[in-house]
Amino acid sequence: MSHSKPLLQIHELDARYGPVQALCQVSLSIDSGEIVTLIGANGAGKSTLLMSLFGDPLPAGGWIRYQGRDITGLPTHEIAKMGIAQAPEGRRIFAAMSVEENLLMGAIPVGADHVDADLIKVFELFPRLKERRNQRAGTLSGGEQQMLAIGRALMSRPRLLLLDEPSLGLAPLMVQRIFATIREIRESGATIFLVEQNAHHALKLAQRGYVLVNGEIRLSGTGEELLADPEVRRAYLGGQG
Amino acid sequence: MDWHILAQQLVNGLTLGSIYGLIAIGYTMVYGIVGMINFAHGDVYMISAYVTAICLAVLFSFGIDSLPFALLVTLAVTMLITAAYGWTIERVAYRPLRGAPRLAPLISAIGMSLVLQNGVQLSQGAKTQGVPSLIPATLRFGEGNDFVQITLVQLMIIVVSLTSMAALTWLIQRTSLGRQCRATQQDRRMAAILGINTDRIISTVFVIGAAMAAIAGVLVTLNYGSFDFYIGFVTGIKAFTAAVLGGIGSLPGAMLGGLILGLSEALFSGMVNTDYKDVFAFSLLVLVLIFRPTGLLGKPEVEKV
Ligand SMILES: Nc1ncnc2c1ncn2[C@@H]1O[C@H](COP(=O)(O)OP(=O)(O)OP(=O)(O)O)[C@@H](O)[C@H]1O
Ligand SMILES: [Mg+2]
Repeated sequence: MSHSKPLLQIHELDARYGPVQALCQVSLSIDSGEIVTLIGANGAGKSTLLMSLFGDPLPAGGWIRYQGRDITGLPTHEIAKMGIAQAPEGRRIFAAMSVEENLLMGAIPVGADHVDADLIKVFELFPRLKERRNQRAGTLSGGEQQMLAIGRALMSRPRLLLLDEPSLGLAPLMVQRIFATIREIRESGATIFLVEQNAHHALKLAQRGYVLVNGEIRLSGTGEELLADPEVRRAYLGGQG
Repeated sequence: MDWHILAQQLVNGLTLGSIYGLIAIGYTMVYGIVGMINFAHGDVYMISAYVTAICLAVLFSFGIDSLPFALLVTLAVTMLITAAYGWTIERVAYRPLRGAPRLAPLISAIGMSLVLQNGVQLSQGAKTQGVPSLIPATLRFGEGNDFVQITLVQLMIIVVSLTSMAALTWLIQRTSLGRQCRATQQDRRMAAILGINTDRIISTVFVIGAAMAAIAGVLVTLNYGSFDFYIGFVTGIKAFTAAVLGGIGSLPGAMLGGLILGLSEALFSGMVNTDYKDVFAFSLLVLVLIFRPTGLLGKPEVEKV
């Protein structure tokens, strides 16, 4: 994999919901093997960016390239089959299905061949899910649902994993576990695009980061650079650390 | 009341209820996945009655004399052709309206229903059609005037219906296709993000619904022998009532609702009055809608996630 070709490249992307312009001329790129984070306040457009990678909403302008191929405007399910997976905002697990069925849903893009081995891997990563594999997913705790959303995304053996605020609403101990898991997933070879409001944790974990303000990229840099940036410290780190 | 009259009504009710249940499946699955009442579904059932008659006529004109073989071929052909109707209706009348206001597909459904009725009336004629009674055998239990009878066709209706329902339940609960249907029903956009072609799943659901209605159409045609272009209307509303009674959107609910409606209608006919049995069914629909709109097994619209 050469360095000149990023795994994901977004160029001057626009997205809108009716009259609302949610993303404006967003450009960014992610190389294979990186953890890249996107931070921003509520309503900045972070989730919109992740969803528009799946064509939902369809980009109103600009283009998206994945592994050198233009994927702008492809049907959502086709994009999933190319090795991009998402643990979305709000987790969106299938509440009426069992934990195991939810995980099986994640394996659709790769077919049934690896399912058993991949289930074992996910259960190693999240032993809680193994204990609850036959339980109705809607009855899981918030943290367990987040594990399930991530585990479900991993079942498709993604090259690029999109995580939308995985630490949201979790107790500090659980947040640490989730971040440790993200590092483990990276080590197993996936590239990670992490949306977070927990800027401190995210910037420490990531190689590089972008700051989104009102649908526009305001800043970018390495994790350390952004952690040291006065504007980032004031707006996203509460002046701490 | 004598035991044999009660038992006879139970047999009749179970037969009727199996049919309602089979047709109700189409209403409930389509509602579950696209949130609309497919008012053309009753007419899809009507189409299957015509296909049954035509298919039997063709087979016999070729001199096929093995009845079981003729019935199996008829069942398969009717399911196939009726399923094609279900698939086409979704493509032509509903898919272009996806994302439109809820009223639009509803109006389109009523339009589709009229198109099917009038199309059949024009091509096949308005008069009542019939097939000869092919399986006259009857089983009788009891002596003298105290007996219960079940025709072989009735027995066939009950067995085939329950088997089909069991097979469908297995498909939905245990297979990957079934999981994809349930996922699409619960969160269509998330299902797409997971790589499911949700348009294809929606088509599949219309095909399954139509195929189940086709099984009902074949069985009813063998049982009553006569039909016209209008039979989809009343039977359709009855099956819709069954789906609402069981909880619209719920597959086991549709089957249960069908059986309960069939049984109570038969008991009402047997004990009170036959002329008012349709009024009875529709009153039941109104009562359910007023007092328990989510039906017996339905879930409230909003679920905690
Ligand atoms: N489905 C929608 N319809 C209309 N507007 C929307 C929709 N989804 C998001 N928006 C608007 O688009 C903007 C960006 O929303 P988005 O959800 O992408 O923000 P976010 O950065 O993910 O915020 P948060 O941190 O709260 O999750 C907001 O102004 C929001 O109100
Ligand atoms: Mg968000």
